[in-house]
Amino acid sequence: MSLLNIQGLLLSIHGSEILSNVAIGVEEGQIVAIVGESGSGKSMTASAVMQLVPNGAEMSGNVWFMDDNLLDKTEAEMCDVRKNHIGMVFQEPMTALNPVQTIGKQVIEAVRLADKSLSKDQAREKAELMLHKVGLEQTRFPLNTYPHKLSGGQRQRVVIAIALSQNPRLLIADEPTTALDVTTQSQIMKLLKKLVKQENMGLLLISHDLAVVAEVADHIVIMRNGKVIEQGNTDIFFNEMSDDYSKELFAASKLTFKDKKSEKSSDIILDIKNLKKDYKLSGSKKLRAVDNVSFRLKKGENIGLVGESGCGKSTLVRCILGVEAYKSGEILLNGEVFDGQKELRKHINAVFQDPFGSFNPRHMVKRVVAEPFYLIDTPLSSTEQLSKVEEMLNHVGLNADDMDKYSHEFSGGQRQRIAIARALITEPSVIVLDEATSALDVLIREQILELLENLSENLGISYLFISHDLTTVRNITDRVLVMKDGIIVEQGPTNEIYNNPQHPYTNTLLEASPDITKALNDKRNELDDNFV
Amino acid sequence: MKSLPLSLLVGSGLTLIFIIMAGLSFVWTPYDVTALNIDQKFLDPSLLHLLGTDHFGRDVLSMIMVGTRNAIAVSIIAVGIGMIIGVPLGLWVAGSRMNGGSFFDEILMRGNDLIFAFPSLLMAIMITAVFGPGVINAIIAIGIFNIPVFARMTRGAAMGLWSREYIMAARVCGKGMWRISYEHILPNILNLLIVQATIQFSIAIIAEASLSYVGLGTQPPMPSLGRMLNEAQTMIFFAPWLAYFPGGAIVTMVLGLNLMGDGIRDVLDPKLRQRKGQDVVA
Repeated sequence: MSLLNIQGLLLSIHGSEILSNVAIGVEEGQIVAIVGESGSGKSMTASAVMQLVPNGAEMSGNVWFMDDNLLDKTEAEMCDVRKNHIGMVFQEPMTALNPVQTIGKQVIEAVRLADKSLSKDQAREKAELMLHKVGLEQTRFPLNTYPHKLSGGQRQRVVIAIALSQNPRLLIADEPTTALDVTTQSQIMKLLKKLVKQENMGLLLISHDLAVVAEVADHIVIMRNGKVIEQGNTDIFFNEMSDDYSKELFAASKLTFKDKKSEKSSDIILDIKNLKKDYKLSGSKKLRAVDNVSFRLKKGENIGLVGESGCGKSTLVRCILGVEAYKSGEILLNGEVFDGQKELRKHINAVFQDPFGSFNPRHMVKRVVAEPFYLIDTPLSSTEQLSKVEEMLNHVGLNADDMDKYSHEFSGGQRQRIAIARALITEPSVIVLDEATSALDVLIREQILELLENLSENLGISYLFISHDLTTVRNITDRVLVMKDGIIVEQGPTNEIYNNPQHPYTNTLLEASPDITKALNDKRNELDDNFV
Repeated sequence: MKSLPLSLLVGSGLTLIFIIMAGLSFVWTPYDVTALNIDQKFLDPSLLHLLGTDHFGRDVLSMIMVGTRNAIAVSIIAVGIGMIIGVPLGLWVAGSRMNGGSFFDEILMRGNDLIFAFPSLLMAIMITAVFGPGVINAIIAIGIFNIPVFARMTRGAAMGLWSREYIMAARVCGKGMWRISYEHILPNILNLLIVQATIQFSIAIIAEASLSYVGLGTQPPMPSLGRMLNEAQTMIFFAPWLAYFPGGAIVTMVLGLNLMGDGIRDVLDPKLRQRKGQDVVA
């Protein structure tokens, strides 16, 4: 008998169908991964199991959990199930913990909820044990630590500890690593895998990225538009999958290297010389966010800047974009010193990470895209502006009719296209892409990268591509800079960095990057090891 | 089309009644509010005098109409002063803070705290006591304690917006602080400002009534709801309607404005709006 067995689950909200005929099973000690793009219903499936569905939702079908149908249970009975048998880990570790309580208090609370007979000291001991299990040792992370002292990955560990302290039979992890850096991501995934084996519980892992889950999952479920497209055992799934969508997802998760031959002129567009930037901390302490960074960007060349959050890459971007003053050093843009003056700004523009926050919600697309015209000295007439906007929208694969829409009418990928159109409109020499694809689904990400590549070839624009993930930038960049703690630790041609990383940190980054081929190989080796 | 919230309908209905009454008083009142008619004093409400007469024989309904007009006029100007000075101040400090300098921000916000530290009504009494009672001084006094309310709210909301990426995009386009404030920030906090303005409006009505009650607001012979209450106090045992009607007028007007403010917020604030099915799909 399966631990969790979802059969023919239908869910509709105010009459619109969200899930149709979903069937998923989870065994004890098994990791089942649900993979799908945003809007595929994967999170709603998890909510349906927990019976935490939005108002107006109607469900039918069966959700068998330990021989009970959860759909028949009353809210009071469900509270009992949630308390004792199903644990949950959410996406955003920054907000999942109460900031005014110590991590110890929050874990102890969960421990005592699960087992009321424990005395205070016993609960303390158990909480310490739980934190130990997730890799937070008492010597470094005592119970009286506050959440703000922890990094995102460490917080996620605390959240997992809280979920574990109820001794759940089933753990639901909804995108547990999406908000984390690649290196932290692989650690958390490994931790989850270890815990599942150790506690013999079931894990329902939800993710939008096939490569991330391929290594840990025993069973993979592909969802789209509220339906299960295909599912199967990880070992054989990728060989036997028949659906086009699964194949596309698989292809997008694979690392392929294209050989690039691009002739670069020797014109230097962007020349950063010994850039330094300090932030004042409390007292007389200073944090050097950017330390002695120098690099050059030639015309037609694309550079990737890779590093974890907190490495100073965003600060560097803000300095380059001229919206933040730097301490010393020089930024030369087309040979002229650039520190934010308006005349030079038309040579540089940017695309940001969040496709939902990048536009004023009250402006139409035509106004959004035309915003950089503010930089042009001789103002264009409004008809000229409109035709230019139309041209740019065509460049990025949108229609002229889209001009009169508001940004909320577009999907994430389309919005990123609008952002690119806005960045292109003054025909700049450099576009800074600040994590421009990290908020997108895997397939959409590929499309946007392809678009960027075409634009760079056709229009001769250079990119400075900022990312926390080395593999994202692999095909679009000629050179890669790896940044850590404000310092560029390694730089070189992209292929060389990938094939022969010199700095240990580059190596860590490369290993942590989700790669489905590697993941499957690792898994196979693991199986072989078990046989020996 | 979604039905409007009940609070908005009731609130704006009540408010409209008072606005019509106040507007009507410009051209017509049942009786002259300044004419004394001693032999008609203390008349019970009747068909002739719908809400009765006071100790000078003046018609209470006419006085309430004109009093409402004064209260609304004082409140509009006072809230206007608060917004015209407070909102740009808030935009300015938020913008300059986000662009590096927090010096003005500190000074201004501590100044705000200073004004906030005095209970608003005490402060208004202080100002009118120093500069003399009268409508103009009452307006200034109420206006001054509206400034920090709007400045602080604008600053908070604007600072939240300054960290948005579309603001960053505008900065990359070389737009300055004021231009961004006007093009991107102001339109996005306008709904907050409208809601706050209705709430402040109702507070201003109470403030005007209170000032007049202690004799520092609207001066006789101009009728005022607050002074009517004050005068009715001594006669409450044999002419209770003299207190009921102006008191009731203040309560209903404030209630109407508050309900309207709540209703407007429900309509304008997308965060409180009932989500439709497709929005919640994860």
